[in-house]
Amino acid sequence: MSLAGTPADDRQPLLDVRNLTVRFPAGSSGFFKPEKKFVHAVEDVSFQIMPGETLGLVGESGSGKTTTGRAVLRSNPITSGTVTFDGRDITKLEGKELRQLRRDMQLVFQDPYASLNPRMSVLEIVAEPLVVHGIAKSTEDAKPKVAELLQRCGLPVDALTRYPHAFSGGQRQRIGIARALALQPKFIVADEPVSALDVSVRAQVVNLLQELQRDLGISYLFIAHDLSVVRHISHRIGILYSGHMVEYAPVDNVYESPIHPYTEALLSSVPIPDPAIQRGRSRIVLQGEIPNPINPPPGCRFASRCPIVEDRCRHETPKLEEKAPGHFVACFVRSSAGVGVAAR
Amino acid sequence: MTAETILEVNNLTVDFFTRRGTVHAVRDVSFTMKRGETLGIVGESGSGKSVTAQAILGLTELPGKVTGGDVLWKGQSLLTGPGAAGTIERIRGKEIAMVFQDPMTSLNPVYTVGMQISEVLTRHMELSKKDARARALDLLQMVGISNPVARLDQYPFEMSGGMRQRVLIAAALACEPELLIADEPTTALDVTIQAQILDLIAELQERLHIGVILITHDLGVVAGVCDRVAVMYGGKLVEEAAAAEIYPRPFHPYTEGLLRSTPRLDIVEERLESIPGAPPDLRDILPGCSYAERCPEKTAHCLSNVPVLEQRGEGRRVACWNPRG
Repeated sequence: MSLAGTPADDRQPLLDVRNLTVRFPAGSSGFFKPEKKFVHAVEDVSFQIMPGETLGLVGESGSGKTTTGRAVLRSNPITSGTVTFDGRDITKLEGKELRQLRRDMQLVFQDPYASLNPRMSVLEIVAEPLVVHGIAKSTEDAKPKVAELLQRCGLPVDALTRYPHAFSGGQRQRIGIARALALQPKFIVADEPVSALDVSVRAQVVNLLQELQRDLGISYLFIAHDLSVVRHISHRIGILYSGHMVEYAPVDNVYESPIHPYTEALLSSVPIPDPAIQRGRSRIVLQGEIPNPINPPPGCRFASRCPIVEDRCRHETPKLEEKAPGHFVACFVRSSAGVGVAAR
Repeated sequence: MTAETILEVNNLTVDFFTRRGTVHAVRDVSFTMKRGETLGIVGESGSGKSVTAQAILGLTELPGKVTGGDVLWKGQSLLTGPGAAGTIERIRGKEIAMVFQDPMTSLNPVYTVGMQISEVLTRHMELSKKDARARALDLLQMVGISNPVARLDQYPFEMSGGMRQRVLIAAALACEPELLIADEPTTALDVTIQAQILDLIAELQERLHIGVILITHDLGVVAGVCDRVAVMYGGKLVEEAAAAEIYPRPFHPYTEGLLRSTPRLDIVEERLESIPGAPPDLRDILPGCSYAERCPEKTAHCLSNVPVLEQRGEGRRVACWNPRG
């Protein structure tokens, strides 16, 4: 099965994730016959990311998007499935090999207020990965490289000697990106990198990430709950619901011709900042809430909230199938496009 | 249709006296609300929108202090003058109710939701315990909570975020308030749950004819719910207009910048727009317009003269030396 790109796409993906499953132990229930409980955080998720491209991974809280990102970076245990990076199976890498791999894969965090050590100068923060990986002998030694990285990320030169508190949220996120770039990675997991920022500065950071991709050919796994930002940066979109990938398609397909009823509802829930449009939209307001991920019932996870649920959905779990070229959907009921954004 | 003015905020000024200096969080903010109106107060972090809401209810937290101006509720002072403290005690929770951002921390974890809603009713409406419980049940039903009888005896931790926010709205509506102040009521919620809560607020507003002040950073949230929008920046109110006017035709360059940098699901742009720079430091107020530093329209005049919020057309006010329009 070719998951990424179009059928004609014969490039080798940079990242190839197959049947990724992550379960966390969640204690046990029952005293006499304890039954082990597991949080089914990510179930049988597959996707690919091409060199220089971005996959937007979208989901609400508890959908497993952060867990997926961390599993790919090998910061979370993987229960089953494989992660292939640059043609190499990294699912079971350990020790020195894993440390070396980490040069190529970096993480940009959500909260620029919590992810930078307040007691370290910007120079020390950005130089740290260079020193740890033996690329620079000392922080001082890394200075020219750090200055270049800061400039590249749109920070003033005098930032070097200052501390994180002296910077605004947007600038702090630039520092986090400069640090992630230090080791010249091929791949960055950006976990909600603009969610904590004010609206007026979000675009500054999104545009920086796009420029870096264009100039350096970096691939991103861009994790978001916000469908409007992700549209601008992604080539493909994966929609997660309660640990399952429900739709996986090129970006325009997802927004203009979504197939999965959850994607359709999600798109219709995002408010549009224009009362003339927003008040006239026909919206699908989902009832109920996401199921408990601890030992969840069989069947489609979305069944409890799905407006077009059928009996079968409550017993069997739908698999991701190619319903249109390059457009994968996990749904028994729907196989043609629902209502996209433009039509509302 | 001319409804009476119920709320008047006059020259409200709130300062926070911190160890690192005085933060001028709200500066000379004035606006009024008529009965049954819906007003959206929009601003980014540090714009003073939440501090304004807290001040209206007399809930300014230390080291903050209202250092100027007043709030009048149906002509009665809530903040200054003799008897203001008593007046606000009587009105808060009864005639003016509020819902805050975080539905987990606003509910007491050791009481059932039934007890928490009943408490409001026994306190303000002097209902008996039995009547209060029956009314609490009605309220849970009204805010769309399924199986309300069982829910009455549950604790907040047994509920999801969306459900807890519904409980808070039920508690806020318990005494049939005339004004509901909702401070970022959906920010902590997922987008599909946000849609449910916004629908609920709009529906209740229409059904009960209550006024709503919706405080948010999200222009999208306001678009579906509010008749009128007030935009705050750097502790000041910079523009106020009808929702139908301000979205297509913002007068203040900040409003315009904010609208442009809000990514839209329905429009594909090559490059997202942003406002250069960052919001001002409210400890160190520079002379002139606080937006001047980031403003594409600034002139030398803007750097040394503070623009006054002036009437510009029907029901529209703008604080800018070079407004659009």
